[in-house]
Amino acid sequence: MNTTHSPRPRIVITGIGWVTPLGHAVESVWQRMLAGESGVGPITRFDASTFPTRFCAHVRDYDWRTFVRDAALHEGVLPNTAFALGAASQAWRDAGLDRFDAEGGLDRDRLGLYLGCGEGVIDFDSYVGSNLAGWDADQNTVDAARWYAAAARSMDAVTELEQEANMPLAHLAMEFGVRGPAYNCLTACAASTQAIGEATEVMRLGDADVMITGGAHTMIHPLGVTGFNRLTALSTRNESPETASRPFTADRDGFVLGEGAGIVILETLDHARRRGATILGEVLGYGASADAYRVTDMHPEGRGPLAAMQQALDDAGLTPAEIDYISVHGTSTHENDYAETRAIKRLFGERAPRVPMSSVKSMIGHLIAAAGVVETIVCVLAMRDQTVPPTINLHNPDPECDLDYVPNTARQVPVRTCLNNNYGFGGQNNTLILRRFE
Amino acid sequence: MTRSVVITGLGPISGLGIGIESTWQGAVDGRSAVGPCRAFDASPFPCPYVAEVPAAFKPRDFVPRSYRKATKIMARDIELAVAAAELAARDAHLTTRATAAGGEDESSYPPHRMGAQIGAGLIAADLDELTAALDKARDEAGGFDIRKWGREGMHELTPLWLLKYLPNMLACHVTIVHDAQGPSNTITCTESSAGLSLGEAMHVIGRGGADACFCGGLESRLNLMSMMRQTFSERYLRLESGSDADPAATVRPFDADAAGCVPGEGGAILILESEETFLKRKASQPDARAYARVAGFAASQTVNPATRNRTPDPEGDAIAAAARRAIHKAGISPDAVDLIVPFGCAMPDYDRAEAAALRRVFGSALGGIRICSSKAMAGLVGAGSGGIDLSLAAQAVFEQKLPAVINCDEPIEGLDAAAGPARAAGIRNALVLSTGLGGQNTACVLQHIET
Repeated sequence: MNTTHSPRPRIVITGIGWVTPLGHAVESVWQRMLAGESGVGPITRFDASTFPTRFCAHVRDYDWRTFVRDAALHEGVLPNTAFALGAASQAWRDAGLDRFDAEGGLDRDRLGLYLGCGEGVIDFDSYVGSNLAGWDADQNTVDAARWYAAAARSMDAVTELEQEANMPLAHLAMEFGVRGPAYNCLTACAASTQAIGEATEVMRLGDADVMITGGAHTMIHPLGVTGFNRLTALSTRNESPETASRPFTADRDGFVLGEGAGIVILETLDHARRRGATILGEVLGYGASADAYRVTDMHPEGRGPLAAMQQALDDAGLTPAEIDYISVHGTSTHENDYAETRAIKRLFGERAPRVPMSSVKSMIGHLIAAAGVVETIVCVLAMRDQTVPPTINLHNPDPECDLDYVPNTARQVPVRTCLNNNYGFGGQNNTLILRRFE
Repeated sequence: MTRSVVITGLGPISGLGIGIESTWQGAVDGRSAVGPCRAFDASPFPCPYVAEVPAAFKPRDFVPRSYRKATKIMARDIELAVAAAELAARDAHLTTRATAAGGEDESSYPPHRMGAQIGAGLIAADLDELTAALDKARDEAGGFDIRKWGREGMHELTPLWLLKYLPNMLACHVTIVHDAQGPSNTITCTESSAGLSLGEAMHVIGRGGADACFCGGLESRLNLMSMMRQTFSERYLRLESGSDADPAATVRPFDADAAGCVPGEGGAILILESEETFLKRKASQPDARAYARVAGFAASQTVNPATRNRTPDPEGDAIAAAARRAIHKAGISPDAVDLIVPFGCAMPDYDRAEAAALRRVFGSALGGIRICSSKAMAGLVGAGSGGIDLSLAAQAVFEQKLPAVINCDEPIEGLDAAAGPARAAGIRNALVLSTGLGGQNTACVLQHIET
């Protein structure tokens, strides 16, 4: 393995946590995934009754205050940060870093953050109100003086500043006392996968011993749903929301918006061993590529996804034959599921139909920037339990998508090594390879 | 052993100029781009002055003919990035799909060996376009009716509306134009985005993931919503209404009268290359040059709960940590630094924290190191700020010349930051710093390459 060829440190996962439409605790969400439950239901956060899409997978009954040490530090946070705080607090405790820190063991200059969080939710009422107040219908333009007067009256400083995509970093840094390297990347639906990959690289370089990584996102707000509806990217199966996210079926009609966060704690193997941490898995390989093809379309042959998978395998020093499970991006859009299937077939060749792969987006929807880390955690749990979650709603497979997507029922299967794919609008492709720790 | 990385192309765009030549000339002349705003009526804002890209800037001039249709879905930030990438690639004599003379030229690198790590901001929607649609969803009393929006209003928006505003669309368009299929990332950490992007590009090339990368960052804050949000950040000047202050003299980094910055637009794309592959390509392209070696990079995070990380801690603890680590990684001692391009945003609490950090890193040697902030000339440009600073530092190291400093009559004690003309100087290493709103800090050492 690469450790014999290269002196770079091995990077392991020592803690996981998530906030998802199926709940806010690792075990209960995992059990619901294995049972094939759907978290999809009506949009309740705003009146979407006339929108082309009127359903999503909401996070429900969640209060970030129950997770943090000092809620006063975080009052006024927007959903992305709120989700990130809950997921990170779970992961921090899961890794035993709360105890380790209390014993004075943690070097905060060697503690980093690499997140893939989305833009904060815009304050819709003050935004729309200011725009309309400023509208000059004769000139077809927004009048600056009138707009400013309305905005100055209605907008709240904290709410506006919290919309910056790096604000989850600022809050996690305060919560955990992070003084090492800190990054937020935002590569659409691939962001948190990329964050984990780049966090791994930061640690391989020797710049941190422990990193808090993952992502958080919601685009379930009026302009988010508007934007995706205009792109015709969302399912409009309003009569049957729970079956709308149906990756790889012949009658799939788009993805279902989800929301939430996932965080994993990465650690150098040396550091984890020194403090006696429980090791949940190892990050063996990472690949990133750009389609450089078109703004709106994926390359039909899956050129970029193929390059990312190949890079990750090379990085891990593995061949495709050693992959036991693939957590696919599997969004339930026509284009993604087809192109991803093509890319997997090209890479895995004759073995492609024999590799189990599934998309938990069929159950929790698409968490956009946070999708990748949630699916990384799925891989960690699949390796732990030797069981892979199903792709639900897969009763009418697309003849063009003819691989083993673990339809409808979870399956016990030997899982030593997993590959996790995520892709984003704009041609972002990221792949991680994870291995059970041995 | 990681590979050595050099800066080979500079594509800055800001109030100072379009491209490195005019930008550098502006910095040498000490010209401030701060003035009234052309893009919209900024007079209602407490800070009505801005640093705007020259009116001569025509984004289409920088887009290959075959790709011009795509300009319809480019927000201003994206236009700036595509133009800056074109400028940088040409400056580097880098042959790509876009810069190939007749389409016959062989690209300098295979597509999968070229990456892009680009910093971006929170891109603001075009309010005229959006509000024209919102206006179609008013109720009888003139207020907004979301049901009418779902039925009618939203359908007024162009189908690709969302794609104008995703931060990774800067990198998306740049990678398409230049056929860069290698690792691609978008960093969104406000003012530290460009610094972090450069650091990541350096590491991607260092570990062999690519041979050349587009890095840096671009942002435009010259629109109502970005201006409003930044006004809330309390980092801008607040001028009395009817003030007759000379705009060019208002931004005063490290000066006793410093009172804040002004919003700007622009940034830069820089081309980073593996020194080894660059030298191979230079054999057949003698005009190509390496401005500087990226000798050391470090990032850190501020923990300052008193202001929820919106300002550095008063002692500049995390800024000092980043600077120390970058200098250490460069394998030099602090006294080998001859130029500091600081964050220097002219907010007194930021400037004092940065000065405290520099004192801790450089000790008594600090007084002998020239400090040149770009903010008095180019304003605070969000994700683009670091791109301008890195470009100026790279050019300074290459030319062995210190840019001018303006608007600092009474510097914070111990800093060589007083106003003064540009002058030739031996610059072995330049230290470039950035600090984002939210507390991410970067430090980068650019090293002179002996020829």
